[in-house]
Amino acid sequence: MTPKRKQRLLVVMFIVVGVSVAVGLTLFALNQNINLFYSPTQIAAGEAPQDTRIRAGGMVVDGSVKRDPDSLFVRFDITDYDKTVTVEYTGILPDLFREGQGIVAQGSLNERGVLNAVEVLAKHDENYMPPEVAEALAKAGKMPMPEGQEFNK
Amino acid sequence: MIDMMVPELGEYALILALCLSILLAVVPMVGASRGNELWMGFARPLSKGMFLFTLISFLCLSWSFLYNDFSVVYVASNSNSALPWYYRLSAVWGGHEGSLLLWALILAAWTLAVAIKSRNLPQDIIARVLAVMGWVSIGFYMFILFTSSPFERYLPGFPQEGADLNPLLQDFGLIVHPPMLYMGYVGFAVSFAFAIAALLSGRLDAAWARWSRPWTSVAWAFLTLGIALGSWWAYYELGWGGWWFWDPVENASLMPWLVGTALIHSLAVTEKRGVFKSWTVLLAIFAFSLSLLGTFLVRSGVLTSVHAFASDPERGLFILIMLAVVIGGSLLLYAIRAGQMRSESSFGLLSRESLLLVNNVLLVVSCAMVLLGTIYPLIVDALGLGKLSVGPPYFNALFVPLMAIMLIFMGIGVTSRWRQTEISQLVQQLWLPGVVAVVLGIAATWLYSGELQHWVTIGIVLAWWVVLSGVRDLYNRLRHRREKLAGLTKQSRSYYGMVLAHLGVAVLVVGVALVSIYSEQRDLRMQPGDSISFREYTFIYDGNRHVEGPNYTSDQGQIRVLRNGEAYTEMHPEKRLYTARGNVMTEAAIDPGFTRDLYVALGEPLEGGAWAVRVQYKPYVRWLWLGGLLMTFGGLLAASDPRYRKRRVATAAA
Repeated sequence: MTPKRKQRLLVVMFIVVGVSVAVGLTLFALNQNINLFYSPTQIAAGEAPQDTRIRAGGMVVDGSVKRDPDSLFVRFDITDYDKTVTVEYTGILPDLFREGQGIVAQGSLNERGVLNAVEVLAKHDENYMPPEVAEALAKAGKMPMPEGQEFNK
Repeated sequence: MIDMMVPELGEYALILALCLSILLAVVPMVGASRGNELWMGFARPLSKGMFLFTLISFLCLSWSFLYNDFSVVYVASNSNSALPWYYRLSAVWGGHEGSLLLWALILAAWTLAVAIKSRNLPQDIIARVLAVMGWVSIGFYMFILFTSSPFERYLPGFPQEGADLNPLLQDFGLIVHPPMLYMGYVGFAVSFAFAIAALLSGRLDAAWARWSRPWTSVAWAFLTLGIALGSWWAYYELGWGGWWFWDPVENASLMPWLVGTALIHSLAVTEKRGVFKSWTVLLAIFAFSLSLLGTFLVRSGVLTSVHAFASDPERGLFILIMLAVVIGGSLLLYAIRAGQMRSESSFGLLSRESLLLVNNVLLVVSCAMVLLGTIYPLIVDALGLGKLSVGPPYFNALFVPLMAIMLIFMGIGVTSRWRQTEISQLVQQLWLPGVVAVVLGIAATWLYSGELQHWVTIGIVLAWWVVLSGVRDLYNRLRHRREKLAGLTKQSRSYYGMVLAHLGVAVLVVGVALVSIYSEQRDLRMQPGDSISFREYTFIYDGNRHVEGPNYTSDQGQIRVLRNGEAYTEMHPEKRLYTARGNVMTEAAIDPGFTRDLYVALGEPLEGGAWAVRVQYKPYVRWLWLGGLLMTFGGLLAASDPRYRKRRVATAAA
């Protein structure tokens, strides 16, 4: 091999090794850090794993929000109008959190089937519904109308 | 009477701009391939006309906003007569349609700038560059006119009052963030146009790299500024004190930035040494494609995000087709022409060229990894395998180590030589900066926190490393000069631009390391009279006061801050109710400082007159945006180097 070719081969090998290490690490990290989304119906049917970080979304049930008087602990139910899941959270809820609003909670299920949320997301537009929630509702055939059209405009 | 027709005038002007862009895309291009001077000469006047009519169209929309013409659907859904005039104007780009019009305006402005500023370029090149800009413009004008016209009317009955601008967007940050970001995104269209023009003309010498460099640096500087402003806005406006969320839309702006950073370094090698030509062309294509992909991700509504405006599948499909045409077409052209590119020189295995190649590989790999994390949920969803999201831990786990490696190479890169560098020489140059960086880094971390948290230590050591190796490089440059101060003024503007930008990276790294690890946050229930202490600060809550704003009412928290037991300042976080839409918004109170921010936000009212309050201590958070500003100025300074304006002289000297 001429020196030039040798050099090229080295460069190519460097790139190939670098890229494969990067891809391997990436896939490993990706597998560790994906959060699957489950609807209340799926959770009620026992499809969601316990003690694993998941996302769950639905509409906050009217009258279900209960606050602890002495701390920031709060408990509420979310529903896809078919099944309901209870969410427990300690902290400050987002501005657009309110009863009847579509939200996504991130956390893990405990053995009682309650979602211990570490993060509650409600998006920044009152007409906006998280796509996962909209789809879960549509699947359950419970998309609220006529607001449903507004969500998709 | 004429004022009734302003929106229609705006629409006509936009149609005229589309017609001109079609002419611009065709006539000079045909002229250039046939060598017809007259046809090529049309490129500049057509660019000017295109800009003029886009500007008229934009002014018409602004006029409708300023004078509250609620018969225009877009105005009615994004503005309100109670808004102050400056928010009525910035509301022009507060929604999907208007921000696309702003995009088109900026594209036309860049085209105009290229037309005016490039008098010393060969005519066939400038004709081709402007024609490519014309092609891109056609896509955007058609997108606006066919899928998202901001001039549509509510007729015959129209609302008497507008729905108001989203309160999150009623803010100085929104006035400046989108235009700056778009300047960056669209600026890469210029680099793209230069690359395509070079491929088309077959003149793949290093000259196009020199023409393209200042434009690319300016675009990169604006993109940097846009991202920094976006981060700053999110920090003070979203009310939870975060500055980067790995939100898909943030990623959409970070990806072109990473590739753009690789591009400006690769362009430097191509210009100086005539190598990496095909790689540079490819990066230029990717930088612009990623800008388009960003637009697609944001505008099509496929993502769950802060920025996802009302979505529409038709629009998504349009951008997807445009993306396919741009990427497919340019890669096809690349495949046909890239084989003709020849390196003009060679370089050793250890040289500035190869070190910059390492920098490029690292940047592109981190971009690929961000891209994967961003679109992986979309792919999985499209395949029907379920709904999922990729969390920040994924991005942090990969991005942080990659950047740490890059910082190490940054220090080596600036002190290395073109063509061939000996290891012994590098060691001789760098052992001192290396040792001093480790000592200073560990000492600084220890002094600051009394412990050696590993990521903070690594971050501070690397920041010192970047700074000190830069100092070593400067020392080398001045070593043989008798008058050191005079030598300082002899260095070129591009050199100082690089120094500033690298310094910005170091400052940014310090900020990221400290604010990520040493931020303190407490969410708590506070009754009037309650207090909480952080380090030397004590926050005392004195209850709320009712305040009336122009288009909102507000509960304003009264918080006294003591420092070491003595009165220091008062902070007034607010919970606002915007009456037009009934939106509730958190307005955080921030006491900014060079080494720390105090950050207080109100949560929600609780029973018994108490409020949920979030109190935060953010060390060195300002350094994030200071770093961004330094990089921005670095990019602009490098682009202003006089040698880019002296083509003949420069070629003669080279």
